[in-house]
Amino acid sequence: MSIFVDRNTRVIVQGITGKDGMFHTKQCRDYGTKIVGGVTPGKGGTDVEGIPVFNTVVDAVVATRPNASMIFVPPPFAADSIMEAVDAGIELVVCITEGIPTLDMLKVSSYLKGKRTRLIGPNCPGIITPGEAKLGIMPAKIHSPGKVGIISRSGTLTYEAVYQITVLGLGQSTALGIGGDPIIGTSFIDALEAFNDDPKTEAIIMIGEIGGTAEDDAARYIKKYVEKPVVAFIAGQTAPKGKRMGHAGAIITGGKTTAQDKIEVLESVGIKVSRSPAEIGQTMYDLLKKVKAKTMTKRKTGKAARKSKPSAKKR
Amino acid sequence: MNIHEYQAKELMMRFGVAVPKGRPAFTPDEALAAAQQLGVGRFVVKAQIHAGGRGKGGGVKLANSPEEVKDIAAKMLGMTLITHQTGPEGKVVKKVYIEEAGAIAKELYLGMIIDRTSRQIVVMASTEGGMEIEEVAAKTPEKIIKEFIDPVAGMQDFYAKKVAYRLGLSGDLVGKLVKFLKSLYRMFLELDCSLVEINPLVLTKDNNLFALDAKINFDDNALFRHKDIEALRDVNEEDAKELDAKAHGLSYISLTGNIGCMVNGAGLAMSTMDIIKLYGGEPANFLDVGGGANKEQVTHAFKIILADEKVQGILVNIFGGIMKCDVIADGIIAAAKEVNIRVPLVVRLEGTNVELGQEKLARSGLNIITAKGMAEAAQKVVRAVRGEL
Repeated sequence: MSIFVDRNTRVIVQGITGKDGMFHTKQCRDYGTKIVGGVTPGKGGTDVEGIPVFNTVVDAVVATRPNASMIFVPPPFAADSIMEAVDAGIELVVCITEGIPTLDMLKVSSYLKGKRTRLIGPNCPGIITPGEAKLGIMPAKIHSPGKVGIISRSGTLTYEAVYQITVLGLGQSTALGIGGDPIIGTSFIDALEAFNDDPKTEAIIMIGEIGGTAEDDAARYIKKYVEKPVVAFIAGQTAPKGKRMGHAGAIITGGKTTAQDKIEVLESVGIKVSRSPAEIGQTMYDLLKKVKAKTMTKRKTGKAARKSKPSAKKR
Repeated sequence: MNIHEYQAKELMMRFGVAVPKGRPAFTPDEALAAAQQLGVGRFVVKAQIHAGGRGKGGGVKLANSPEEVKDIAAKMLGMTLITHQTGPEGKVVKKVYIEEAGAIAKELYLGMIIDRTSRQIVVMASTEGGMEIEEVAAKTPEKIIKEFIDPVAGMQDFYAKKVAYRLGLSGDLVGKLVKFLKSLYRMFLELDCSLVEINPLVLTKDNNLFALDAKINFDDNALFRHKDIEALRDVNEEDAKELDAKAHGLSYISLTGNIGCMVNGAGLAMSTMDIIKLYGGEPANFLDVGGGANKEQVTHAFKIILADEKVQGILVNIFGGIMKCDVIADGIIAAAKEVNIRVPLVVRLEGTNVELGQEKLARSGLNIITAKGMAEAAQKVVRAVRGEL
């Protein structure tokens, strides 16, 4: 298993005829992702490398029965495209577009309430279940199927962690970037809940950065519900202060938004935090070895009583 | 994007938000004329820089006549104002704002910002206006009133009334605050603000309220639909190198160390700074070349880094996704032809087209120190600037 995407995911691409859309559609299809259609208003009836293009998402849904959409539409129109996909009942929307106005996303986020759609992003590299499906712009080659789930607010830093995990032979169950914007669809907590419930995921890497309180919320959630080993990294330990948004920003977050603050919160609930971005993989490797050794001893002494899996539904 | 107080107040006035009468001035004579035109008895002269804490630094002065306004303006214009937000180098005052001074009965705080967690606009208010609001929030969090606005309903009267009564207002002032908040909210939405802060919001002795100070930040992502706001940008207030970088699609922030960095992606760029520090070095800058930089952008990035005289070594750390490693290699080679790379250069490439990129660098004949992995790259550049490599 995996989270959110697998070999059965049927994908349409909104903005398929643009330069980036076209390039990455091909890359994703070459990886084995089932790309069933594309959407570009005004280009309905044409095709991109044999993939049929439609004017609207609804047209694409009727003709190709997708359950996911990947969005490459330029920032001024991207929020509208997300809502179009939601309106058409698409279950998973992955929005790659960078630079969407925050108030547009506020509208999207409000529109999403009560709908069945899960949004990943925007401003993210996408999601990949190695060997099964890739909905995003990440380089395919650095991934390998395996047991570590990876969640990150960053793009290229995710690749760094993924690569380390591949080199160490652990591999990834699913890796996703949730995006670096203030308003995003899927949160750390949403992804943590899914990874916790996924039998194939044995451990989780969470990569955060300065600003906001997403990591603190995640730390509390992990303490309460997540039994799998978690390794974290926070980017921006040396970022200078003063490059921030006035006072009100600091107040709303209670002021605890530096890397040091976040690392302290994560460590206080027992999460292993790698201080070096080059040792995220190794930290996970060592932690898994330790956990394994512990379980072995427990089994030998007959103390293997497993905690009942918590219900992660309410938080 | 930030704007000046006088610009913020002009915008607020346009939306019907109550502000005192005022006029900007670039010279002492203009200040005199502005004061005469205002035709009031008492004035405040305020230095216009993009930083808070101006009062303590001597950037806000009272005057009792237009002539006194002129004298104060003459002293203020051209002075270097240092506040807790300007950094030790301070900022040169290039314009002042002349404003009517009212009889203040009470100072309140009012802020409006987008809250990431609730995904709503939140209004913050406090009776402790005019103070360091962060201190108020830290020491007496109960004195910060927060009201989360449902984006579909918008700024309903009841939200504004709740804020008004909790601020202890009564009578006419409740209605005045409701109008104030509704106008402010409309401005926030229409102009794509990311932050509005009014500290203080003052109550006057004649039972009025208005914004005595005003700070507005705009969402950079939305500037494409607000050319008029973009036109308010004061380039004097921004770092010339950062602006130049932005014009080339690069994100650059200058720092104090001696190791120049060129990285793709903000998260990786920040962690490259982190790992340099971890191995005992000091980064000279943050530079994110973005997701899809071309050869020209990479060349320009080198020029920006090398223009910093502090730089004694450069670390290029690229994890190619959309960005292809061979494009970075082309950029490095082109840059080396155009500008003299006078310092040791450590390059770490990984990801899309890495073999091609490395091959191009190797064939270029340039004196490049290659590295595998971030740790090795950071160690090598730190040793290189120490002259150990």
